[in-house]
Amino acid sequence: MNRSVLNFWVGLFVLMGFFSFLTLAFKVGNLGSEGSGHTYTLLAHFNNIGQLKERAPVRSAGVLVGRVKSVRFDPVHYNALVKMDIDSQYHFPLDTSAAVLTSGILGEQYIGLDAGGDDKMLKDGGEIKLVQGAMVLEQLIGQFLYNKAQDTTADSKGGKQK
Amino acid sequence: MEAVLRGIRLVGDRTLRIVERIGATAVFLAVTLMYSGTSLQRFGLVIREVFYAGVQSLIIILVSGLFVGMVLGLQGYETLQNYGSAQSVGVLVALSLARELGPVVSALLFASRAGSAITAEIGLMKATEQLSAMEMMAVNPMARVVAPRFWGGVLSLPLLAMLFSTLGIIGGYLVAVVILGVDSGAFWSQMQAAVDFRHDILNGIIKSLVFGVAVCAIATFEGYEAPPTAEGVSGATTRTVVSSSLAILALDLLLTAFMMKGWD
Repeated sequence: MNRSVLNFWVGLFVLMGFFSFLTLAFKVGNLGSEGSGHTYTLLAHFNNIGQLKERAPVRSAGVLVGRVKSVRFDPVHYNALVKMDIDSQYHFPLDTSAAVLTSGILGEQYIGLDAGGDDKMLKDGGEIKLVQGAMVLEQLIGQFLYNKAQDTTADSKGGKQK
Repeated sequence: MEAVLRGIRLVGDRTLRIVERIGATAVFLAVTLMYSGTSLQRFGLVIREVFYAGVQSLIIILVSGLFVGMVLGLQGYETLQNYGSAQSVGVLVALSLARELGPVVSALLFASRAGSAITAEIGLMKATEQLSAMEMMAVNPMARVVAPRFWGGVLSLPLLAMLFSTLGIIGGYLVAVVILGVDSGAFWSQMQAAVDFRHDILNGIIKSLVFGVAVCAIATFEGYEAPPTAEGVSGATTRTVVSSSLAILALDLLLTAFMMKGWD
């Protein structure tokens, strides 16, 4: 086959492959939408993290500001130590609170950050002190039933007194 | 008793032959890499093989990718609709294509489209004593014939796999958004939120690179070692398709297990 025809087709093939790589990277994947790429780490201890996984989103006011880097069991405090990679363009006050939340009823779990009012900002490796763990359905139902039972006993006692 | 012993011996013999074959392929791969210097200097030889292995496989890869994506979109929509999350069909299509179907299906197609052709070509060159003639002229057939075909295939497969995934996602988009009426914005934004560049797309490309090395090593080895008869070449071509398909699926399981656990 003629050399220039061959080169043309191979060149076209390589360009098509390169174009599809760019499509996959930017249109399908999240390269480019992931922020500046520079991150710093924040820590938080949760008594219960529910189904939180590595790479779960960290959101503040619903906006993605980072991702969960690792979830470990802390053998000293007997709770879960969560490390988060936060985009370095966002900074949070010292009294920021973190909670494990669920998007939708069956959705994935993520960490929600609520900024506080402190002047000082959390540094790299800083720990978020105000935390709220995941809701556990069994505990919620148990608590509800317990309260209900207390209410009814209180009501029946109240009835006798009258 | 004798029959049982014979049966066990037969199993042992088969196993040893398979292991020998894998070992010989690995040695052949190492020799190919050793003689690759020439083909990298004369890159025109590799470009020629990229044309025969890659460009000529384009049609089958693009069409299969489009259809696989369309089927995924249709099936995903049917099931996800029951849970009221038809918008997630984009996530389903993109993740299954980028992680698994793109690399694996394009490697299977590549093995049967290009791998078999490489085996048949090299096997016939051997049967018609062209390889011996080259050796007579002090041209090393490993460097002149095998290495360019190997590198041409290894370079082509990742490109083909990426094109397969892209066309598949376009096919899924056509079915889900254009025909079935899923919201276009939700389709793309949920996809972008769920697909990670490094964990999903880059790992898929690494997979197709590994499959490319496996398929091309098997195809060149089978061609080079084929008995120089018509029967021998036909048997070698069949063996290329069968063993490279098995190798692709086995390697896929291994790579997926490693990637899910994380390399680091």
